[in-house]
Amino acid sequence: MPEMETVVGLEVHVELITGTKLFCGCSTAFGADPNTNVCPVCLGLPGGTLPVLNKRAAEFTIKAAQALNCKISEMLTFDRKNYFYADLPKGYQISQFFYPMGTNGDVEINIDGETKRIGIQQIHLEEDTGKLLHIGTIISSPSSRVDFNRAGVPLIEIVTKPDIRSAEEARLFLQRLRSILRYLEISDCKMEEGSMRCDANISIRVKGGDNLGDKTELKNMNSFRSVYKGIEFEVARQKQVIKEGGMVAPETRHWDESKGITKAMRSKFVSADYRCFPDPNLPPLDITKEWLETIKAELPELPAARFKRFLLEYQLPVYDAEVLTNSKELSDFYEVTLTYFNDPKTVSNWVMGELLRLLNAASLEIEKCNIRPEALAKLLKMIDKNTISGKIAKTVFEEMFESGEDPEVIVKQRGLVQISDENALEDIIFQVLENNPKSVEDYHKGKKKAMGHLVGQVMKETKGKANPQKVNEILKNKLDN
Amino acid sequence: MELYELTACQAANALAKKEVTACDLTESIYKRIAAVEDKIKGFITVREKQEALSEAVQVQDSLEKGDKLASLRGIPMTLKDNICTLNLPTTCGSKMLQGYYPPYDAHVTEKLQEAGTILVGKSNMDEFAMGSSTENSSFYPTLNPWNQHYVPGGSSGGSAALVAARETFFALGSDTGGSVRQPASLCGVVGFKPTYGLVSRYGLIAFASSLDQIGTLTRDVRDCAMVLDIIAGHDSRDSTSVPREKENYSRDLEKSSSSFRVGIPRECFGQGVEEDVKKAVKRGIEKCQQIGTVIEEISFPHNEHALPAYYLVATAESSSNLARYDGIQYGFRSKKAENLHDLYRKTREEGFGPEVKRRVMLGTYALSSGYYDAYYLKALKVRTIIRKDFEKIFEDHDFVIMPTSPTVAFAMGEKVDDPLTMYLNDIFTVPANLAGLPAISIPCGFSRGLPVGLQVVGRPFDEKRLLQFSYKLESLLQVKDIKPDIAEVGQTDIS
Repeated sequence: MPEMETVVGLEVHVELITGTKLFCGCSTAFGADPNTNVCPVCLGLPGGTLPVLNKRAAEFTIKAAQALNCKISEMLTFDRKNYFYADLPKGYQISQFFYPMGTNGDVEINIDGETKRIGIQQIHLEEDTGKLLHIGTIISSPSSRVDFNRAGVPLIEIVTKPDIRSAEEARLFLQRLRSILRYLEISDCKMEEGSMRCDANISIRVKGGDNLGDKTELKNMNSFRSVYKGIEFEVARQKQVIKEGGMVAPETRHWDESKGITKAMRSKFVSADYRCFPDPNLPPLDITKEWLETIKAELPELPAARFKRFLLEYQLPVYDAEVLTNSKELSDFYEVTLTYFNDPKTVSNWVMGELLRLLNAASLEIEKCNIRPEALAKLLKMIDKNTISGKIAKTVFEEMFESGEDPEVIVKQRGLVQISDENALEDIIFQVLENNPKSVEDYHKGKKKAMGHLVGQVMKETKGKANPQKVNEILKNKLDN
Repeated sequence: MELYELTACQAANALAKKEVTACDLTESIYKRIAAVEDKIKGFITVREKQEALSEAVQVQDSLEKGDKLASLRGIPMTLKDNICTLNLPTTCGSKMLQGYYPPYDAHVTEKLQEAGTILVGKSNMDEFAMGSSTENSSFYPTLNPWNQHYVPGGSSGGSAALVAARETFFALGSDTGGSVRQPASLCGVVGFKPTYGLVSRYGLIAFASSLDQIGTLTRDVRDCAMVLDIIAGHDSRDSTSVPREKENYSRDLEKSSSSFRVGIPRECFGQGVEEDVKKAVKRGIEKCQQIGTVIEEISFPHNEHALPAYYLVATAESSSNLARYDGIQYGFRSKKAENLHDLYRKTREEGFGPEVKRRVMLGTYALSSGYYDAYYLKALKVRTIIRKDFEKIFEDHDFVIMPTSPTVAFAMGEKVDDPLTMYLNDIFTVPANLAGLPAISIPCGFSRGLPVGLQVVGRPFDEKRLLQFSYKLESLLQVKDIKPDIAEVGQTDIS
């Protein structure tokens, strides 16, 4: 069997945080009681339920298209995509079929130390549908309910070119995409809440071939992890089918998270005819150069640029720069901390180490963290000035994380100031040497490890507050002389 | 003379002079409804008399307090049943929406309410405004006040018949391909379709969104201008509503500028147009000449393509606009359905009438992949050509005059099984919709005792001059005071 390669294209839907819906003034808040964020327009009631474009949503989409290096359409137009489903109140979805907002862009990902471009076929703006609620499964449910709160929420759909070659690349792409959209502050991209959704078109072919094989469309992946696992599984399944001499059936498949497998949902032999045509209720708008420039001027520094700047400006290792710049909030936190304590590598170590560890353990986002950059800087200054030891600092940091208390206050209240006074230390060391003749003897016999034990004893006596450097110095001096 | 015989303007003047009260006018209208509605069947819903009267009392109070008033305050009126009203059912003439109460008022409903007019009911119409005879109403056909064996035209046949029968002082209709002008012509009243975008469509149940425009049915041109003063104007809830400064159409109505140039398309006086219709319209044109209007024969080269283009665009849009009637949220729902797809199929099969189904199928076909370019896209191109034809004509003409309808009213049932012949009724009205132009139908004569309408089409947003010209023409024609003679309940019907 010749060597096969994986070909994946993603379709990503992202809800925009515009506050109000795409064509009416209803709230887009997540988690409201069913059918409370609705009005005649988003319910598609008969009679003059006319759409009025939310300009912010259009600007958000243009921003995204610019950030993804797309060519932007000269006209802002909307089309109707006609189909029947119970969660679609008007019997059509307003989308951009003929003139998507952006086309032909790309996103850079870093994989195995190299940069790879994933092409963006198009990005367009459309309205979300409502949501069906079933008791149990859709088949077994005796009846179903419809919640239209989500109907009309602005969505952007981003379609990649079939440039993705592995589950890992797919995961990295999604991460980078989320990072870009969050930098732009146009979406919160929460897969668990459905504000970011991803379908994957997956096929395999002889490596380097030109033709795409028959593909399956994989749905229902609700986290980055399940995107990764779903693609891995599906690729393996397709390889097995081919190995057994079979053909991959073009179909929509469903990722079953609990069983870790994909299941056939429906065949794709008959392609749906959506009878798209321009929506007569929404006259085309010109996307003027001035408008584009105004929006472009508002674009923030994007993750790729920030990553490169972190490497150059702060001389950070690739890994540090990557982790920090992946999140706008985290890198903002990092840079603000630097304005108070300008030691890039130290700050990076603390942010990536202690801070991320505690945030992950508490499943907390950095914006909601008790520790502010100024406080972290204060703590680091205390280490720098030998006021506290690095080890004590970690304890203090944990307490800051819990209570949000100022590090100086914690250190003072709990008497954690480091003992660097030589006289004081000498007294304690003298005491320790007295009490540990065996270790002293071992040391003199050449067991240099005994030194560690003695240092430990000193730290124990001082409840960890002794300046370890000083302790080592004095102890060595005493033992060697 | 009975009060209901007054025009809206005359009634408003009588109110202003305190010769009558708003209650008197309302009482009079209800009396007329009681007397002749059985013969006309122009309403789908008549509002409770007490409700209308209590509103009339309130209006009368504010009138006496001397509020600065809109000119039609206290005048009873009727809305076509595809215009949403919060407190009255809005059925669109369809079983699909029988008993449906919209949770909001249309923009025009709000405006008329603010102006203090008194709603008396909702008028009958072809189902979803699809038809030219009002025979496609799910409920019952409306009869022509001039002869009850004849249709009133459509789809705003109820509104036109009610105005002609003096059961309302004025009414609103909607005009997608002639649905205001054609019934106005067949019922001998004034029907006006404004420029697309002048009147908000918010709250008008959509048939074909790029063509639909709310229009007026009135007893004369002055009433038309007064109603337009109330309903025209920008509304941010309709993205196709055009933001522009509000005009006053009724002021200076009689001050028409000295001479106009009017084009007469020769294509509109050929085959298929009844001789009496040609004669009556030509008589109107001669009257124009008497007052110094320059009349020129012109060519409207693509006229023959207007009707097919119209029926593609309108059906395509309607197939999408009517998709929402799926039995899920509101309106009729089949009780026989077993599952979701069955629910769609049976709800639509039982809820829609044959003409609606025919158009939805035509439109679905026109939009289908593989046919889109050949049908829908081509129709859009024809539309652009028609618009350009008009632009060219309007470079050196102020107005175009042609018949409103090729025939006078036809007999009930005559064309109901022949949709193509029925569609030909719209041949002279659809071009104005395709080009988005303002157009008015004015009674200009009679044929076999049935009214003939003359249509004047103007430049976009040139309503003011169009109405001034129409006002002058109307006074020269001297047919507006001829009214149908309807046998009242209890009277012996001699015909």
